[in-house]
Amino acid sequence: MSLFKKKTIPDQSNGITFNKKKIRWDDFFAEKIIKGVAFLSIAIIVLIFFFVFREAIPIFTSNTLPTKVKSDSSLVSTTTPAANANQQETYGADNTTTAPKQETYGTVTKDNAPKQEQYGMQTNAEPKQEQYGVVTDDNPPKQEKKATKTEDKAPKQEQYGVQTNDEPKQEQYGVQTNDEPKQEQYGVQTAEDTANKIENKEIATENTSENKITEDNNKNALATLKSRDWQPVSDNPRYGLLPLLFGTLKVTIISMLFAAPLAIMAAIYTAIFANKRMKEIIKPAIEMLAGFPSVVIGFFALMVIASVLQSVFHYSYRLNAFVGGIAMGLAAIPVIFTIAEDALTSVPKTYYEASLALGASKWQTAFFVMLPAATPGIFAAILLGIGRVFGETMIALMATGNAALMGLNPFESVRTLAATIGAEMAEVVFGDTHYNVLFLIGSMLFIFTFALNAIAEFYVKGRLLKRIQGK
Amino acid sequence: MKNSKIFTENLYLHYGSKMALNNINLAIPEKKVTALIGPSGCGKSTYLRTLNRMNDLIDSVKIEGNISIDGINIYDKNIDVVNLRKKVGMVFQKSNPFAKSIFENVAYGPRINGISDKNQLTEIVEKALQNAAIWDEVKDRMNDSALGLSGGQQQRLCIARTLAVNPEIILMDEPASALDPISTSKIEELIVQLKENYTIVIVTHNMQQAARISDMTAFFYIGELIEYDKTKNIFTNPEKKQTEDYITGRFG
Repeated sequence: MSLFKKKTIPDQSNGITFNKKKIRWDDFFAEKIIKGVAFLSIAIIVLIFFFVFREAIPIFTSNTLPTKVKSDSSLVSTTTPAANANQQETYGADNTTTAPKQETYGTVTKDNAPKQEQYGMQTNAEPKQEQYGVVTDDNPPKQEKKATKTEDKAPKQEQYGVQTNDEPKQEQYGVQTNDEPKQEQYGVQTAEDTANKIENKEIATENTSENKITEDNNKNALATLKSRDWQPVSDNPRYGLLPLLFGTLKVTIISMLFAAPLAIMAAIYTAIFANKRMKEIIKPAIEMLAGFPSVVIGFFALMVIASVLQSVFHYSYRLNAFVGGIAMGLAAIPVIFTIAEDALTSVPKTYYEASLALGASKWQTAFFVMLPAATPGIFAAILLGIGRVFGETMIALMATGNAALMGLNPFESVRTLAATIGAEMAEVVFGDTHYNVLFLIGSMLFIFTFALNAIAEFYVKGRLLKRIQGK
Repeated sequence: MKNSKIFTENLYLHYGSKMALNNINLAIPEKKVTALIGPSGCGKSTYLRTLNRMNDLIDSVKIEGNISIDGINIYDKNIDVVNLRKKVGMVFQKSNPFAKSIFENVAYGPRINGISDKNQLTEIVEKALQNAAIWDEVKDRMNDSALGLSGGQQQRLCIARTLAVNPEIILMDEPASALDPISTSKIEELIVQLKENYTIVIVTHNMQQAARISDMTAFFYIGELIEYDKTKNIFTNPEKKQTEDYITGRFG
């Protein structure tokens, strides 16, 4: 003890003292910066997801604003006379121009029909007087207009008569048009025209009616999400995500069946069999493929692979899930290879020696000792590959045919989730239901990737490893 | 010697341009324990690994000379190395059980030899574990990971794994160097038991261990075989001065 005490006396030491705490700023800042970067990246991921999902939310909720509607409804009543004046002028012209579009009008009125029903339901469920007011305001103006019109223009009385008769019968239009095409359609048109004019010319009412439409579309969209049709730009849009999800899974499975065995075999060869010089050539060469722009692979698939495979398999659609899967497999191979090779290389050399010393051949060693020992890494590699294929946009866009079909035939065109976003983002209306659905697809991609990682974390590290390597 | 199992004649081994073994001549008797001693880097482990051709795994190795087991030159062109290694088992310095269950570790050898019958496998595994004196400790946890065993248990499991292939010769490369004294003594007892049925060649740094368990002792120094004789003679009455200096602890 006395010796210890002597040593702590500063005079006898070489100038280094440790009895006072010293703040090392470089250490401090380095730690803080690294920590900050780590948390920032997490925060960015969360933020991106939040943003993407927020854009998708309107599908699930209706977003009418009661206060705005209130003012609008007051405007409606004040501006109706002016609108009527306009209507009268364009009325005849509209009739002639819109006459050919018989079918579309039929569908539109069908759309309108449920609208009214929904409003009725809303008022029953929640006594929102303001909203109800909008609806009633919207309808009465028409009737008012008709009244004024009938007074002004005698010759068109018949039309108006049809219209007023039709108003309550909106749900039955479809049936009626079948019976008497000409008259009824005319009536439909006029009803439509009045509606259109209110939307187009009265700015105040435009807001309210648009709100109604988006809300309506959202509700319709929500109902069609589970359908089997992806027809976002039709007059009766259906946003069925099932074929997209199905197509994505199909392409992913095909590409993994193609890429995973190849990449893992290549990794086994490189890690276990190849001599040093061979390894130095193979590894960078395959890894260089990872830096290959996917648009180039897509173009190659579109031009070359599709034709070659078609001449081999004689399928009818040139671009299909199989071609897309092979092309995306090419993109996924380097990803799987790199991780799998690392995993195999990091298996202790002693395993290899022990197995050989027991009289196992090299292949037996590779498959029964090295591969099981590298399972977590190999699984991670495959999951990364799946992630790559799942999110792959350009190749999917170019090589899969982009038809949202749900057949089991691998030689059928498919449309993947990512390719859908890629193809439609440019033409979608900002804030539209379609726009929201695309963001919903985006958040689905997000969630799927997240789930993959979760599976990797909990299933592989928990159960699978125990089964292979013992408890 | 009449009952020699392994004959080594004029063996030279080079790592690239560096000579690791220089003209080794050695006859290892059957069903005896032969200890190889010497300071680090003297070539005793290298020599051990030539006996089952594990040095083939290193690209730069060049070997000249003859090693024959039961009269067959193992460096002949027509030798099947895989089957040679089935005959000449090896236990490594660092215990290296596979990342599998205890049962699978021992069953691996028989399985790659084509035995797939579950009952037969169970029998072989049990016998091997009993011979390696570890059966009582692991019989209730056969499906647990082998990596959960202690160091000494792992090493005995590795011996059991080697025994399961039913070799004739067992090479041991410092099998107890990383173990505590109790585990070491267990391994030593085991080796003494095993020599009834197997020819054992053991590399060790521990001279007491060599004296305790071996029948023959070879002293290597800088790639050369300095002295080879019965253990009793080496430790009591060495012929060469280098041997005497080493076993008395003056160098090495």
